[in-house]
Amino acid sequence: MKVELDINKEKHEVDVEPRMSLLDCLRDKLQLNGAHTGCEHGVCGACTVLVDGTAVRSCLMFAVQADGYAITTIEGLSPGPGELSILQDAFCETHGMQCGYCTPAMILAAQSLLSKNASPTRDEIVDAISGNICRCTGYAQIVEAIALAAERMRGQNQPQDASVTR
Amino acid sequence: MLAADDGARVIAGGQTLVPLMAMRLARPTRLIDIARIPGLSFVREQGASVVVGAATKQHVIETDPLIHAKVPLLAKVMPFVGHSATRARGTVGGSIANGDAAAEIVLVAVTLEATLTWRENGADQEMPAAEFFLGPMVTSLPLAACLKSVSFPVWQEPRVGVGFHEVNARQSDFAFVSAAAQLALDAEGLCTSATIGLGAATAVPMRLDAVADTLVGKGFDEAKVREATKAALADVEMLADLHASADYRRRVAVTMVVRAVADAYESARRP
Amino acid sequence: MSAPGKFRFISSDRRVREDRRFVVGKGNFAADIVPQGVKHVALVTCPHPAAKIVSIDKSAALDMPGVHYVLDGAELAGATNVLATGLDTPNVPRRPLAVDVARYAGEWVVAVVADSRALAEDAAELVAVEYEPLPFVLDGEAAYKGGVLVHPAHGSNVLLDRTFVWGEVEKDFAASPHKFRHVVKWGRSATVPVETFGVTASWDPWREMLDVWASIQMPKYPDQIAMTMKLPMSSVRVHYDVDVGGSYGVKRGIKHTILVAYLAKRLGMPIRFIEDRLENMRGGDMHGPERNFDVEVAFDNNGIIRSMKMRALDNVGAYAGRSPFQLGKPVSAIVGPYKIKSVQYQAIAVLSNKTVQEAVRAFGQSPTNYAIERTIEEVANKLGLDRLEVRKRNLIRHEDFPYLIPSGSTYDSGNYQAVIEKVLTKADYPALVAERDRLRAAGTLAGIGIAACLEPSGGNSSFEPLLNPKVGTTTWMDSCRISIDLVGSITATMHTTSAGQGHETLVGTVVGEVLEVDPDKVRVVRADSLNSLPSNSPVGSRMAIMLGGAAFHAANKLKAKLIAIAAHDLDVPAERLTYENGNVFDASAPDKKRTWTELVTIGHRYIHRMPPDMEPGLSVSHIMPVPTGGGLPTADGRVQMYPCYSFEFHLMLVTIDPDLGKPEIKRYVIGHDCGTVINPKIVRGMTMGGIAHGIGAALYEEFAYNDDGLLVAQNFMDYLLPSAHEVPPVEIVHHETPSPLTVFGQKGSGESGYLGAPAAVASAVNDAIRPLGIVVNSLPIKVARLGDMIAAAREK
Repeated sequence: MKVELDINKEKHEVDVEPRMSLLDCLRDKLQLNGAHTGCEHGVCGACTVLVDGTAVRSCLMFAVQADGYAITTIEGLSPGPGELSILQDAFCETHGMQCGYCTPAMILAAQSLLSKNASPTRDEIVDAISGNICRCTGYAQIVEAIALAAERMRGQNQPQDASVTR
Repeated sequence: MLAADDGARVIAGGQTLVPLMAMRLARPTRLIDIARIPGLSFVREQGASVVVGAATKQHVIETDPLIHAKVPLLAKVMPFVGHSATRARGTVGGSIANGDAAAEIVLVAVTLEATLTWRENGADQEMPAAEFFLGPMVTSLPLAACLKSVSFPVWQEPRVGVGFHEVNARQSDFAFVSAAAQLALDAEGLCTSATIGLGAATAVPMRLDAVADTLVGKGFDEAKVREATKAALADVEMLADLHASADYRRRVAVTMVVRAVADAYESARRP
Repeated sequence: MSAPGKFRFISSDRRVREDRRFVVGKGNFAADIVPQGVKHVALVTCPHPAAKIVSIDKSAALDMPGVHYVLDGAELAGATNVLATGLDTPNVPRRPLAVDVARYAGEWVVAVVADSRALAEDAAELVAVEYEPLPFVLDGEAAYKGGVLVHPAHGSNVLLDRTFVWGEVEKDFAASPHKFRHVVKWGRSATVPVETFGVTASWDPWREMLDVWASIQMPKYPDQIAMTMKLPMSSVRVHYDVDVGGSYGVKRGIKHTILVAYLAKRLGMPIRFIEDRLENMRGGDMHGPERNFDVEVAFDNNGIIRSMKMRALDNVGAYAGRSPFQLGKPVSAIVGPYKIKSVQYQAIAVLSNKTVQEAVRAFGQSPTNYAIERTIEEVANKLGLDRLEVRKRNLIRHEDFPYLIPSGSTYDSGNYQAVIEKVLTKADYPALVAERDRLRAAGTLAGIGIAACLEPSGGNSSFEPLLNPKVGTTTWMDSCRISIDLVGSITATMHTTSAGQGHETLVGTVVGEVLEVDPDKVRVVRADSLNSLPSNSPVGSRMAIMLGGAAFHAANKLKAKLIAIAAHDLDVPAERLTYENGNVFDASAPDKKRTWTELVTIGHRYIHRMPPDMEPGLSVSHIMPVPTGGGLPTADGRVQMYPCYSFEFHLMLVTIDPDLGKPEIKRYVIGHDCGTVINPKIVRGMTMGGIAHGIGAALYEEFAYNDDGLLVAQNFMDYLLPSAHEVPPVEIVHHETPSPLTVFGQKGSGESGYLGAPAAVASAVNDAIRPLGIVVNSLPIKVARLGDMIAAAREK
């Protein structure tokens, strides 16, 4: 089945089996390897992408269901080659990761939160990432990264992330 | 399409169906995606009810002002439903059509005596929630039918309070036991009408009408609610599994009901 | 943080360079590596806990378009050697695919190769295997006694049963006025990384080279591939530049690798196997210890424990690799931080029809710490003494170091009292106790959890010769190579994979410190196994010590070489020269100077200006042995196990809703001393992550089996991993007691938090329920079970 996907503001036409998940399509057809497989049953969140700016599990969507949305993957967040967004840089500042496997998903979950709530409380941050499992960090430095990013983003007087649409 | 193919299934949010497919436990030959059918996603008042389209996403319900005002029990449970990422895709209809005994939306449907409407062979059929849920993950929804909407009765009383409690291992897990309560208080703070539902403890969520009846005309009396709930559950078969024993569920059901009722009284008292 | 000015880069709050690639999704994980033409593997697994494999019908699967091969255990066994074991157990052979008999539910029986993973799974469903179910045994104690034998040829279910007696145990018991005995249980769980194990292999018949990319954390991996595949090790090239998505011990996927390597060689195509979650949980063989501890202690009226008898029985599953050694490593800290004078230790490993175990973070030390801490608490309770006070009375004191424990290890350094005092102050301990008491008065259950635990670090495999006399391994080295190229940039190599420990940052920092250059300018790359120096991978909390040490020594060799070149070129004795920021000069005659660029140029181009017997170029390497290593066990099993001992002290306040039985951690303070901290962000992250693992093991995680021998927690809906909701904010207080044995005084911290958190949680829950007269001595402590216990106690 052919489907046209809008990913990181680029159109891609792919021809996939109806049963291929959006996650597998991103990785195997489009070589966007930032979304990761952790469980393939919707619990760990490592497959998180943004659909119209909101975090969802790409392992629970079929590629053929994903047309007509603005999909954002981690590859769509950097402002340019070698550059980091405020959020990505905040994760580096607090070392909000270790192995890096859950990291793209965590960052996108944070992006989803911060695009809707510019001043989240600690509890709101925790709730926003509660659907993303990390086995390395114990979450502390991740929560700190998101709080730091929120602070820095509030200090900027420009749109938070051009890749997000509502 | 559903009628033509025995192996066809409806998919909306996919948050329950797709994990089953990934584990090869569900094996539809064809999926019919209703997530974006216009007319299946809405929240509107209709007479003495609020009707929610089956494909309405859960995160819409979380913040919808009509739901908060008119179906406060549904609004109350939404933060407990999965995670924000699953609520972004999961639908109200999906939760109901899957019929998991521990699902919060299912409990609310049973507690409030909601009416389910589905479409089969070009015609609409209605069924009250009490008859719709038959067993764990088993509903009356015919194989060739597609759930269309859920209608929640709106309580017209000026002072309505709600309460919801659940216990689980992790905050976002399916509950071992859950209880929902909605009641209306008069000017003196006495109950004029009440409904209580118990979820996750039995094969299907159940209303505790015998307990609700004892509240009418009274203020909150914890000991009496406890006694009434114990009596109501004495002969009811409780689920036992990896997560909790039947004894645990029977005992903690009482606690959950007491707390939900207490919260409902409390929230109704607030102006 | 160490004294300001002591180090330039060591201990300073630097970013971890690896993070840059992870935040943009450009990690190089096993599943990202897709050679052209690669084919995919899916598995057919046994549904029974024990069964004879009667027949395998591959025909329907082979008929499916897109299917290339269907491999069974008999064929694989004919072409490969058995997988290596740690103990001397030749009658318990282990292979990637079952041969004749499958011995646990989920064991791999047949492998299907197809053009895609989805097709391979479709075809796997078409493979028809006929089984004849056999009797099975699940319980460790039952298996120990005999009855149903998992491997009849072995004659029993016992892989290991060895008793050590260190010191005058019976005498000490006889002389003590008090004794106490109990059984505590550590449930089967594991560190379960979010990334499953994945491996791709490719065989080049013209070069006779097997290339392997894997999500691996395993010492002796290329060796074992070679030996099992009957290849020279120089025909195996393991690529270490694969980012591992978390391991914490478990990713020793040798059976996955042999499967894929054989198929690659047999079919002449690259083959890839990425476990899905179900394959991983049931048959990936990455479960952790499942251990019963029978502990008896002898103590006096003051709660001073004189002697301890510990019987540790571990249910290792249907086969074993190195996991039984997890009964040996805790010998390195068998008395914990306490001055127990004599110990009797019985280590038992038994087979059962359960999934196979693998190394889990700290290799058996966390369950042992839990058993020790539960015991000392009960000693205090029996005497009616304060639990903190009794610990303090038994603690090894700062002035006692280096301290030799009965089992033969010397603890290098420590100041347990200082760490504890810092924690008590930070937590305002009296106020915490008052808060607990206030909560109790208000009708809830509340408890304070305490745990004082050690983290043996530095790695050493002396548990091998200890538990298997046929093995005489005493070397557990690691290495680093550093080159300065002819343009003047520095490149260091490391010779293993990493799973998030920040090793590139570690090496850059150490090299920058020694050579006095910006660490971020030191390039760190990974070799593959053919151009590597020896390494034993990041196990046993060893890399800060071993890789840090090797990098330090290599950098110093390079520095000495630069100074020697300058000395010769300037005609000034080396002792008169100062090295500063890469330049070398005579402090008394500063115009006698050679800059970095000049030295590099001489080193690479001007051999006529080099010292006559010096190698040209600027490359050095260093292979470092374990400090204090190199000894074999004595006849009575005493040996120096690990060199360095970090310490952690946990303090928490827990409430339990008495009606629900659900514990909640209200406050958590940990004191951590791992000597000199090389990178604070990395160390803090390790501790926090370890605590989360520990909370999981204590309250949520269990590989539960039903009576039919089936794993009922086989996906993430039933195996409960702590999310951000389940891990409370943790306050860390820091202390540094340097090790005298390491180059900067650093000790390991890769297992921190996990070593004490389960003990601390158990302590808190037990303190909370103690007023009801009940105790819970098995982990995990699940909500409903605890609720039922509390209800039963309240009824009385």
